[in-house]
Amino acid sequence: MSAFPSFSSFSFRGLGALTWLEIKIFVREPLGVIGSVFVPVIVFLVIGRTFGSRMTGAEQGQRGLVGVDLAVFAALLISISAVLSLVTIIAIYREGGILKRLRATPLRPLTILTAHVLVKLLFTAITVTLMTFLGKRYLPVDIPIPWVTFTAATLISTLSILSLGFVLASLAPTARFAQPIGTIVLYPMIGISGLFMPVDRMSPALRLVAELTPASHAVSLMRGAWYGHSWLQHTGDLLALALIFTACTVLAVRVFRWE
Amino acid sequence: MIHMKIILQALHPSCGFVTTTDTLLQVSVTSHARPSVIHVAGLSKSYGSTRAVQDFSLEVFQGEIFGLIGPNGAGKTTAMECIEGLRVPDAGQVSVLGLDPFRDIVPLLNRIGVQLQEAQLQKRITVREAVTLWSSLYRTTVDGHQLLAQLGIAAKTNSRFMTLSGGQKQRLFIALALINDPEVVFLDELTTGLDPQARRAIWELVRGIRDRGKTVFLTTHLMEEAERLCDRVAIIDHGRIVDVDSPSGLVDRHCPERTIVIKTPDARAVEVLAHVSGVESSTREGDNVVLQARSVDVMTGLIASLAEHRIAVTDFRTVVPTLEDVFLKLTGHSVRQ
Repeated sequence: MSAFPSFSSFSFRGLGALTWLEIKIFVREPLGVIGSVFVPVIVFLVIGRTFGSRMTGAEQGQRGLVGVDLAVFAALLISISAVLSLVTIIAIYREGGILKRLRATPLRPLTILTAHVLVKLLFTAITVTLMTFLGKRYLPVDIPIPWVTFTAATLISTLSILSLGFVLASLAPTARFAQPIGTIVLYPMIGISGLFMPVDRMSPALRLVAELTPASHAVSLMRGAWYGHSWLQHTGDLLALALIFTACTVLAVRVFRWE
Repeated sequence: MIHMKIILQALHPSCGFVTTTDTLLQVSVTSHARPSVIHVAGLSKSYGSTRAVQDFSLEVFQGEIFGLIGPNGAGKTTAMECIEGLRVPDAGQVSVLGLDPFRDIVPLLNRIGVQLQEAQLQKRITVREAVTLWSSLYRTTVDGHQLLAQLGIAAKTNSRFMTLSGGQKQRLFIALALINDPEVVFLDELTTGLDPQARRAIWELVRGIRDRGKTVFLTTHLMEEAERLCDRVAIIDHGRIVDVDSPSGLVDRHCPERTIVIKTPDARAVEVLAHVSGVESSTREGDNVVLQARSVDVMTGLIASLAEHRIAVTDFRTVVPTLEDVFLKLTGHSVRQ
């Protein structure tokens, strides 16, 4: 039941002000920045230092979890935790009537949601950049890290998963259910993302599911970025992520609840 | 003063639920001919099988405080949100300041102020940040700090929303509703949950808004609030408007009778006073004799009769019906149910 008309209405009016405000509010959350920026970076560094000696030789095809894929795995976790955070925030804002109050101003519906997407993308970018920089500095092996393309690939992946997040935010009946529902849908995606088992070795049914969810394409894209592949080599992944983004956005427009 | 009677004919009767008496609404306007700022005709809105608002029509004029009164769940908020453009009605016409709330939502939101029932803000937003954000969204704005000062929450400027008390939150929401110097202010249950002192302060503030020529459209389930604050009220029950008039007009029309309570030990009083012209019933309740009369004209006769029979009286009071009584009479149930 869509209580409000004109979901798709967007305007730049207030976007900057609202985004800046939401950034400040997020930074004030007791565990906001620690949980979303410092913890992933520290975990990455600790695991990297512990198993660092095995990070070499990736080019020769050693692709365990603690190989080159550690960075991809960490980036995917960062991306998914950003989406989980978004799902929870949207559910809390809806339940508290905050979304509704904001809609009763000249702020347009999509402007309000776009501000949240921008905040999540910003913190994802900060975390991934920090992770690659510190990784370069503190990990025992000197590996070339194409951090610009890697961050870009992570952001593209995050954007696609965020659109799925809006669908999930609509499914959550209350704020209490938002986190569990997000967790149940998002974390298993990691299992079939190709990080632990190549997608082409999965059973046909599982492979179909993997292809339909954004994580497998995200992993493929981020791996490519890490290896320094050109974007053109990953047109398929980009297309798939764009398709998932479009489909989820269209679906979210239909099912999103403002209150 | 021009006294005029406007008969509103509902334009879009919904789903065959309309009877002739429902479609005719009498609205008396005791005022100079003022422009209409809100026009609603035949508004209907259902949620599933629940008809929240049915064939709802009204007219609100510039510079008045207009109240939508009724119990919780009567459809007040639904009706108000349809008028604000926050909800899509199933049927009916709405026009606010000559604008269509759905086609012209952005120009309309620039000219109205909205306070929603049970709304919250971000827990960690400060009062200053909320006022600054809101100010940045409108073309014309008033001085936010001055507004906070007027509302008595200037000292809370740097406080976070979650640290504010219920009354302070409500004042902030009123400030946000007024930040763009709106022509029409919508206030939904604005004093619910406030203590009597805060309530009175906010009433004073709302009168101030009206006195500056603005129009106030509010909802309340508090009959006292409606009686003290509103120039005109619409009584709404089960999603339908039952009647519209000034509070005293409604009382006079629907509850002209008076109850007179006379405290006297004299056993004759019940019998003697029952015969006074205009008294409809006379009963003893403890120390008191309780009389029902059809109008206030009975008073002179009562006093004369008491004097004539030398009945000693230690207290004498009349109970004037209130909107609450009007509501009970018109709907058959109490507003508190």
